[in-house]
Amino acid sequence: MTNSSITSDIVKVGAGSSAAETRRKIIEKSLKKRHSREKRFRRLGLAAVTLGMLFVAVLFASVLYRGLPAFWQSAMPLNVYFDPAIIKIPAQPVKQANETPAAFESRSLAWQGQLAQVNWDSILLNSMINASPKVAPELKDANKYIALNQQMVDNPDAFSDEKLAANPALAAEVHAMEAADTKRTTLLSLFENGENVRLRDMVKKDPSLIGKTEKVTFWAAANVDVWLSGKIDRSLPDDQQQLSPEVRQMADQLKAEGVIQNKFNTPFFLNPDSRSSPATSGLAGAFVGTLYMMLIVLVFTIPVGVACAIYLEEFAPKNRWTDLIEVNINNLAAVPSIIFGLLGAAIFIGAFNLPRSAPLVGGLVLSLLTLPTVIIATRASLRAIPPSIRQAALGLGASKMQSVFHHVLPLAIPGILTGVIIGLAHALGETAPLLLIGMKAFVAAVPHSPMEPSTALPVQVYLWQGNELRNFFEARTAAAIIVLLALLISLNTLAIWLRKKFEVRW
Amino acid sequence: MNLLLIGILLILMAMAYTLGLKRSKSLAGKGSNSSLLHSRPGYYGSLVALWCGVPALLLLMLWSFFEPIVVRHVVLQTLPTDVVASLQGAQWDAFLERLKNIASGYGVADQPLDYEVKAAASLKSVLNIALLAKMAVVFAAATAGLVYALRKISPQLRARNSVEKFIKVVLALSSGVAILTTLGIVVSMFSEALHFFKFVNPLTFFFGTDWSPGFSESGQATGGYGLLPLLWGTLMISIIAMLIAVPVGLMAAIYMAEYAKPGFRNIAKPVLEILAGIPTIVYGVFAILVVGPLLHYLGSLIGLDINATSALTAGLVMGIMIIPFISSLSDDIIIQVPRALRDGSLGLGATKSETIKNVVLPAALPGIMGAFLLAVSRAIGETMIVVLAAGNSPLLHANPFAAVSTVTVTIVNQLTGDTDFASPQALVAFALGLTLFVITLGLNVVALIIVRKYREQYE
Repeated sequence: MTNSSITSDIVKVGAGSSAAETRRKIIEKSLKKRHSREKRFRRLGLAAVTLGMLFVAVLFASVLYRGLPAFWQSAMPLNVYFDPAIIKIPAQPVKQANETPAAFESRSLAWQGQLAQVNWDSILLNSMINASPKVAPELKDANKYIALNQQMVDNPDAFSDEKLAANPALAAEVHAMEAADTKRTTLLSLFENGENVRLRDMVKKDPSLIGKTEKVTFWAAANVDVWLSGKIDRSLPDDQQQLSPEVRQMADQLKAEGVIQNKFNTPFFLNPDSRSSPATSGLAGAFVGTLYMMLIVLVFTIPVGVACAIYLEEFAPKNRWTDLIEVNINNLAAVPSIIFGLLGAAIFIGAFNLPRSAPLVGGLVLSLLTLPTVIIATRASLRAIPPSIRQAALGLGASKMQSVFHHVLPLAIPGILTGVIIGLAHALGETAPLLLIGMKAFVAAVPHSPMEPSTALPVQVYLWQGNELRNFFEARTAAAIIVLLALLISLNTLAIWLRKKFEVRW
Repeated sequence: MNLLLIGILLILMAMAYTLGLKRSKSLAGKGSNSSLLHSRPGYYGSLVALWCGVPALLLLMLWSFFEPIVVRHVVLQTLPTDVVASLQGAQWDAFLERLKNIASGYGVADQPLDYEVKAAASLKSVLNIALLAKMAVVFAAATAGLVYALRKISPQLRARNSVEKFIKVVLALSSGVAILTTLGIVVSMFSEALHFFKFVNPLTFFFGTDWSPGFSESGQATGGYGLLPLLWGTLMISIIAMLIAVPVGLMAAIYMAEYAKPGFRNIAKPVLEILAGIPTIVYGVFAILVVGPLLHYLGSLIGLDINATSALTAGLVMGIMIIPFISSLSDDIIIQVPRALRDGSLGLGATKSETIKNVVLPAALPGIMGAFLLAVSRAIGETMIVVLAAGNSPLLHANPFAAVSTVTVTIVNQLTGDTDFASPQALVAFALGLTLFVITLGLNVVALIIVRKYREQYE
């Protein structure tokens, strides 16, 4: 009905028309304002939801943008000749029949000490020189200046400035020698610290390598990688650069020749953390630590949590003690995680004397954190099962416990699993309690048991975030976050898939 | 060794189970007619297994607990008195390791002393005797339990009831873990906090405005231990966080509950809940890498000096983290308001937004208040975002663009690896933790009371 027809109707009726008409006019006038207010409100709601989703997108985009480049790093795949002339060591000791284990240990250690004395740097250099003849042709002959060097050491007076000024040929030779030395140091600084130790470890594991040629991928030093990947401003003056001009120029030259390439960053996944060789630091130690902790959390929370939930839901009498337990569990679910860290520090480390920074202590603290979540999720899934199932079992003569364990619990397992996985995913990302039980320390080895000191993925992110080599470690931190988020997303997807697959609508 | 014993015990328990099973079945009569028995045969087997295994396991645990004390006592008897006086604590463990190496034939790098050789020999014999005695006692207990239970088997024995009673006790004990945890938290923090209050006056701690703890080895508290700057920093960051989270979260909840089409809601709700699942360390790194510099740049455009690590940075990112708490909880609560209320209001001519503002929100208000308080308690207890992004400046000021420090950051900073909690600068962490615990507990209790007391009971 149009407005005019309503008006004409009321005019026809003619009862109190002026008051009704004014009322209607007022309402009509405000209608436009009210409709626009409604539209604005609706748009505001949509904007809020969009803003929330935008935050998620920005977070993921910035992490991916900063982290993905760290998965490729500058490396040098070179052919390494294990020159027997350089590696002059006796054969590896073999255990004799009448030798005590301690004596054999000391003999092996002595052999390893001799192995450490070998000039691995020159093997590194030779492999680099062979790969790129244009770069340092004058270094090919390593023994060229040995005699001259010995003379300088034995008789320094013969090489004083006046004598050199008098004898230009000798001066030229000395300068050439010093230039070769500088070139050698420059070339070596392109390799990350510890790459020579890698060669030593290869020979220690397999002494038959001596005399053979192997292809080895060496990793460039962190600052070299920063320079080559453009993370530092190339126009900065020399005193603000991290590398000397010679090293920078050599790095560019080798990159142009193809000796230095971008390779997939496998040390990131296979190596433990390292402070002396940042380019080969990795997540392996943190990963294993987190794995141990997750195992301990599973082993502890599933039996205790499910048992507690079954008791509270099925068997507990309705009295004050049960109320107390329920209130306790709900409170524990809302306690900040750092308090659990304090509990771990005071009781597990202080009173029980468990080893500091061990995955055992971390796992126990995280289990206490996850326990309320598992209990609440299990109770919810037990409650969702209709009473008819329990009553049918009881009606057929089962006891209460038989009905619970044989009928109710198997039906509740999907819900329990979902709750456990969600709780586990939450515990995976916790950092604060682990910092308080000592995982702030730097751990350079992969732990072999849950009792050895270790670190965890989120703590590793925290430690790398504080590293002073900012332009190298910023990308690495973001890459570690990508790994952490990938793990979490896969756990959550597993939980959602389980829930969808086994969900039963009663 | 203990693991091996436990493994053998488990095998014994399995054997006991089979024995009990067979015995009960044979008592049942000819063939497999087990209707004469009170319980199913499996329960008789379980009863025998429990009688065999549980007393033996308990004995094993007790023995393992007391054995090191006895061994230490015996070995100390064989050592000369001056050596005994010099060995304490960790040195005893190292000495014991050395004796074990000598005794087992592994050998040590240097030449062992005479008394060490004698002590090693006596240690070896003591350990051997102890091991044999332990095995004997445990197996005797297991066998005794086995025989006793087997003899008790009869068709009238209420095996199932006994087994179920045992299981019920185990279930009840596991519920005790929750209480033990709370008790552990309260007791540990209270005792360490009381320790701390011996160094520092509680009034100075709770009402002082100077936080500058000194490093003291002597046991005297040096420096300022006033809590107020930390509390104020926590409050400032929480206020900023709620200023962001409440409008966005509430409006998002209203839109998703009232206006959104089901398809949109099915996408938007999980996406917003992703925000809740991201670890807080990721938020912290995001804050310090992206948000901090961005705010600094924006501030320089306007002419304000916004520090990259400031209360604003941390509060902003914390607000983003809290959005899903408020939006999810409010969404559930708004949906629970019955349609009749909405339809009535719409039928009287109100627009949808007027219905929401005047009818739905007031009806849902207690629940939303509860969600709000829970979110505040989460914001107060948050650690990693503030550790990374709020700077570390425990000064009492009202400038959100400067660095602040909070209670949680200070807890992390003070416990930097002090092994023994004897110095005031380590103990203060527990006093701070106690304060935090009490505050969050209070907020949660208030939230619970509000929701329970004012919630409308719909049919």
